[in-house]
Amino acid sequence: AWASYMTNSPTLIVMIGLPARGKTYMSKKLTRYLNWIGVPTKVFNLGVYRREAVKSYKSYDFFRHDNKEAMEIRKRCALVALEDVKAYLLEECGQIAVRFLCTKQFSMGVVFFVESVCDDPEVIAANILEVKVSSPDYPERHRENVMDDFLKRIECYKVTYQPLDPDAYDKDLSFIKVINVGQRFLVNRVQDYIQSKIVYYLMNIHVQPRTIYLCRHGESEYNLVGKIGGDSGLSPRGKQFSQALKKFIEEQEIVDLKVWTSQLKRTIQTAESLGVLYEQWKILNEIDAGVCEEMTYAEIEAKYPDEFAMRDQEKYLYRYPGGESYQDLVQRLEPVIMELERQGNVLVISHQAVMRCLLAYFLDKSADELPYLRCPLHTILKLTPVAYGCKVETITLNVEAVNTHRDKPSLNSLPSSQSPVRMRRNSFTPRARADTVKHPRHHSVGSKPLDLLGPFPSLE
Amino acid sequence: SPARELTQNPLQKTWEPYDNGLPAGHSAQRGVCMTNCPTLIVMVGLPARGKTYISKKLTRYLNWIGVPTKEFNVGQYRRDLVKKYKSFEFFLPDNEEGLKIRKQCALAALNDVRQYLSEENGHVAVFDATNTTRERRETICKFGEENGYKTFFVESVCVDPEVIAANIVQVKLGSPDYVDCSNDEATEDFMKRIECYKNSYETLDETLDKDLSYIKIMDVGRSYLVNRVMDHIQSRIVYYLMNIHVTPRSIYLCRHGESELNLKGRIGGDPGLSVRGKEFAKSLAQFINEQNIKDLKVWTSQMKRTIQTAEALGVPYEQWKVLNEIDAGVCEEMTYEEIQENYPLEFALRDQDKYRYRYPKGESYEDLVQRLEPVIMELERQENVLVICHQAVMRCLLAYFLDKPAEQLPYLKCPLHTVLKLTPVAYG
Repeated sequence: AWASYMTNSPTLIVMIGLPARGKTYMSKKLTRYLNWIGVPTKVFNLGVYRREAVKSYKSYDFFRHDNKEAMEIRKRCALVALEDVKAYLLEECGQIAVRFLCTKQFSMGVVFFVESVCDDPEVIAANILEVKVSSPDYPERHRENVMDDFLKRIECYKVTYQPLDPDAYDKDLSFIKVINVGQRFLVNRVQDYIQSKIVYYLMNIHVQPRTIYLCRHGESEYNLVGKIGGDSGLSPRGKQFSQALKKFIEEQEIVDLKVWTSQLKRTIQTAESLGVLYEQWKILNEIDAGVCEEMTYAEIEAKYPDEFAMRDQEKYLYRYPGGESYQDLVQRLEPVIMELERQGNVLVISHQAVMRCLLAYFLDKSADELPYLRCPLHTILKLTPVAYGCKVETITLNVEAVNTHRDKPSLNSLPSSQSPVRMRRNSFTPRARADTVKHPRHHSVGSKPLDLLGPFPSLE
Repeated sequence: SPARELTQNPLQKTWEPYDNGLPAGHSAQRGVCMTNCPTLIVMVGLPARGKTYISKKLTRYLNWIGVPTKEFNVGQYRRDLVKKYKSFEFFLPDNEEGLKIRKQCALAALNDVRQYLSEENGHVAVFDATNTTRERRETICKFGEENGYKTFFVESVCVDPEVIAANIVQVKLGSPDYVDCSNDEATEDFMKRIECYKNSYETLDETLDKDLSYIKIMDVGRSYLVNRVMDHIQSRIVYYLMNIHVTPRSIYLCRHGESELNLKGRIGGDPGLSVRGKEFAKSLAQFINEQNIKDLKVWTSQMKRTIQTAEALGVPYEQWKVLNEIDAGVCEEMTYEEIQENYPLEFALRDQDKYRYRYPKGESYEDLVQRLEPVIMELERQENVLVICHQAVMRCLLAYFLDKPAEQLPYLKCPLHTVLKLTPVAYG
């Protein structure tokens, strides 16, 4: 992936902060974003380890800093988690491991700290209600009890909490301090490309409630005849859909809705029916099918049988000759995702492959699933952020359309394997590049080898 | 009411609605960033802290990505008004005459800012002055509010005497203010000039200035404090400022060696190198070796001809798809004669506005710039880099580094078998 060329050594992102400061929220979101842009990332959440070790949570007493038995358990959990982190970095070729700690003393690869500091009691209370009340720790309690216990839990941490100190003790560490949910940021010693992207991402996300609507253009003339790509206009049913979309949008009564389209005629025609201001983005254009543009799948299979077969084998990585792959599309769409994060209510009228990529980002779908996500014509997906993820609502406006979805053919019907997809493309892949095959990353050019045989770093 | 008809702009190939044959205004083109209201960027900091360096670089970047930006250097206004600089005494805090002139210059500059943003379709103005007192900054904020501008402060804080001394050598000794002085005299005077500001300097404060939007840059980018980023353009500015550095380095730009299609006069495609192209690749390898460059990174596109060129160097290199040559759409692999014969209208349109012209089913230079922005950002982060690319791509990159406007960009000279070595110096 283009992004992984940029990272030389594994990165450990360490979250820091008192409970209910949004650490898990940021961890999961960051992990989702990094995986989407092609940087293998995984979260290691200490709370999960602790729940494994201590089957049933009793009360906040567990978290008192003078509770020696509990401290032992928590320390052991941290060491087990660290072991898993090491395993992930070495064996599973992961490049970034995001994990929780409320201390900051260990060394392993390149470390970047993300601290969340918040002194606004309303924000903290809202966080507790949103995510803690439904936590496995509090299966069947009354809200007030949960709130009470959790606030006492926070107090336990406050006793030993040492915030990052950029002026003295921590001035040589690389970190970002997020203050009051993104109102202010302190950034120290960003070392490399990945840390710079992480900082940019964290500075663009927000937690204001809002809704994102994704849909495709109305059915097009080419859709009707099964041709892919091109720049055709809407069919009569497509125009009907646009009218239905307009009505739907009006009924939703959305505050300050932004509308985005691609620069292809069919999405613009769809937006025109809404009678509101819209913005055209060239990077929202449908995947470029290169030499296969404006052909039907039957024509492609007849004229380019090898290409046709290869695409079914590895649909995410497959690049049309003279065109693009889903992987290219993700790279192209990254500024759209970044701007969607910044914005409030947005309706994005795009195309099948594009919508799949955007949806995969919001729903944390892997590269394998992405090209097969269902994005039928005349259907709107309404996405609402909730807790750590996204709620999806599918709205079918009752206007008939052709079905443009192709499932992955079963293994039996795939032809016998040819050379790996990545090796065979217009882009000339010379023998020197070993990067095309995943291999365990022990160390990389220009950076120090990880201490594989060294003792576990202690937490003290 | 029925949806409006769409017409395709013949130059840019974009679809626009029209009413009675006239373009209607319901849609906007998302170039790279849409600025809803003009933005006023206000520099803050003692002399020799890199304010002008940052102003000029930021202005160059914003213009390149398509945001009309202009910088207003108050020191320049002062030089225009007070023909001959005498000494640091002009800047003494109790010099009434000096204070009067300096305030006059600031107001004149603000007036020009207002004209640029409100009357000349400028999107961003960079107000380059010390602006070291809260009082002065409040005046500017009021000015912004009255005119409907968003204000964003950029403060540079640095106490490292070596950095300050280096700045003085790089940009102050050659200043028109010190044209008749020796280096020692100039340095001594300038240090005293800095002292004039120190007593009244009020740095941006986390509490007192908590409602302002700003970035505070500390120690030439070791750390940053960012407060209340309000919109897209401010977010882009912050990202850019956090990626630039001042470590000396060189950027080498060149095209792939001559290709088989070059020989036939055909554009685009994915051909391999000609015999002479392969020779160039070997010469390039020799040249690079002789340059003895520390930790050189080599980047290519994903087209065969740049990769073949890099292969000859025998060093690791990275392939970027976004460095691919401009997509000529239906004109791919044609000669210019064939294009003129088959698409005479397109051929003519391209000569009319080469920057904005988009090939049918292809790209424009304008599209290319948007595509190349991540390359520029990463080039800013990196140190020594050799970029082996293509003619149109190289023109875009060169235009960024040499601050060439859109009209000149598509005509910049980037011949085959020529390496351009770019080294940052002073403000350029």
